Amino acid sequence: MSTSLYTKRRIKNIIAMTLSMFATAIGLLFLAWILWETLSQGIAGLKPQLFTKISAYREEGGLANAMVGSLILNILGILIATPIGVCAGTWLAEYSLRSKLGPTIRFLNDILLSAPSIVLGLFVYTIVVLPSKYLTDGNVTFSGLAGGIALALIALPVIVRTTDEMLRLVPGTLREAALSLGVPQWKLTMQILVRSARSGIVTGILLALARISGETAPLLFTAFGNNFMTFNPLDKMPSLPQIIYEYTKDPSPDINVLAWAGAFVLTMFVLALSLIARFAFRSKVSHD
Amino acid sequence: MHATVSNAVPSAERAAEAARNAKDTRDDRIFAWILKGCALIVLLALVGAAGSTLWLGSDAFHTFGFGFLTSAAWDPSNDQYGALVPIMGTIGTAFIALLFAVPVSFGIALFLTEIAPQWLRGPVSSAIELLAGIPSIIYGMWGLFIFAPFVAEHIKPWLMNNFSADPPDGQVSWLVTHVPGIAKFFSSEYPFFGAGVLTAGLVLAVMIIPFISSVMREVFQTVPTRLKESAYALGSSTWEVVWDIVVPYTRTAVIGGVFLGLGRALGETMAVAFVLGNTFKFSLSFLETSSSIASTIANQFGEAQGLQRSALMALAFLLFVVTFIVLLIARLMLRRLATKEGK
Repeated sequence: MSTSLYTKRRIKNIIAMTLSMFATAIGLLFLAWILWETLSQGIAGLKPQLFTKISAYREEGGLANAMVGSLILNILGILIATPIGVCAGTWLAEYSLRSKLGPTIRFLNDILLSAPSIVLGLFVYTIVVLPSKYLTDGNVTFSGLAGGIALALIALPVIVRTTDEMLRLVPGTLREAALSLGVPQWKLTMQILVRSARSGIVTGILLALARISGETAPLLFTAFGNNFMTFNPLDKMPSLPQIIYEYTKDPSPDINVLAWAGAFVLTMFVLALSLIARFAFRSKVSHD
Repeated sequence: MHATVSNAVPSAERAAEAARNAKDTRDDRIFAWILKGCALIVLLALVGAAGSTLWLGSDAFHTFGFGFLTSAAWDPSNDQYGALVPIMGTIGTAFIALLFAVPVSFGIALFLTEIAPQWLRGPVSSAIELLAGIPSIIYGMWGLFIFAPFVAEHIKPWLMNNFSADPPDGQVSWLVTHVPGIAKFFSSEYPFFGAGVLTAGLVLAVMIIPFISSVMREVFQTVPTRLKESAYALGSSTWEVVWDIVVPYTRTAVIGGVFLGLGRALGETMAVAFVLGNTFKFSLSFLETSSSIASTIANQFGEAQGLQRSALMALAFLLFVVTFIVLLIARLMLRRLATKEGK
């Protein structure tokens, strides 16, 4: 009787362990499958003109304008999000200790982190695209600037969170030492705390950059897209994810190949960024 | 002695010090206000997103009233809009995504915390996290070009042969004749077409697996080793330790992680925009094409005018409110674990 109970428990355990390994195998299989397809299909379309020609004449097979546009949009997004995010994160970590607002904002920031990006895109459409259309009599409608603001809204919670976490890791003795020397708090924050948490904050900015470089949905109604090369942030601006979206929907297989090539470039860029960010973060932690 | 020294300080110097102190105090206050203002932008973004979509969607809410939620008509040519099909599509895909992602994520977390040898844990968990780094548009492409044909060729025929009233092989299965109503969930107008609720749900499942599994892995690690070792010492098997010690200890946070994944699945746009089919016919079938809220907005907002634009904004408002509530629950459940950890 007891032997059969023992056997039953053992069998149950073996089944559970096997299923668990099977689940992990499924996860890794899908990762390998997606990366493999991106790699093999993408390399087929990877030709020099991809980086030199623009998408106005599709058969030339160029995405240069989209890459430049993506670069401008990402830089705009990070430039807007970084000061706001670092300040907000600093407030959460250093100033909100005795206020009720602090925990609430920290909590809402975590929600903003996974809020649907398409709704944030519509929000920026409402507060930037519509007013600029109205104010300029339709000369400026969709713009790179609007796209940058939309991306900034997505990058913001990532930067706020890492800044907050990194500052709270700074030992309290550092604050006390500086304050006892009569340093005003703003100087303490800017010149000592933020500086000592710098590498962690930079990691957060890199992670935010990785996150926004792959975003498509919020750009559809803000930056819109453009088949020509543009450097003007008040112009409609193309981006790599948006052009991949257009080219994927295209019925022509030749254009689909270009979408894969763009997808390959985008994936490599994003994965490299997140690997760098993670690597930098790890080395920082081990030093402390 | 001290008093004499401080009295000896020239009054000009003392005045300068007082001025400096006053300036520092003022600067500190301005600095704190700037920081607080930046923090309030986070609040503003959430309130603004809800407010702006509600404002621009109010036209549709006024025109259709409560019927907006229950009407299955989405007909731009007659200016009739009802949200039922996109709502059903969103819920259906998210349901399928959770159905597959939760057990797989649990298995992965179990593997990474209890089974895998130490040297394997780092690389495997980094690999799973890489899945989270892949842009959603890539999931969409892969879904459209690779996975949907795979579903059409291998998964859908099998499901239809076994569960639908109109199977491709012509033989209605025993299950369909004996379980009334089951065929309704497996019918398909285009049997050889890969896009549909099931396909989109599976793509979403792959997308949210890294989120759910990393939360589960993290919370499994918070279980005190003492508890687990006591159970092992009493002769428990690994599975018994996990099911009777680890899971009860972390239950709230595990559910929080699942809700976090659900929040992601509900709001995802690009991964489902290609593989859902974007049709607006009401159906209960998982094999039928449909639309989700996010994919409808992505596909139609560019050309939409007037009432259609307002209806899309109203959809966005619904999506935002629902994901906000789901994420709120998720964070509350995850926070409770954090406080437990602190005690």
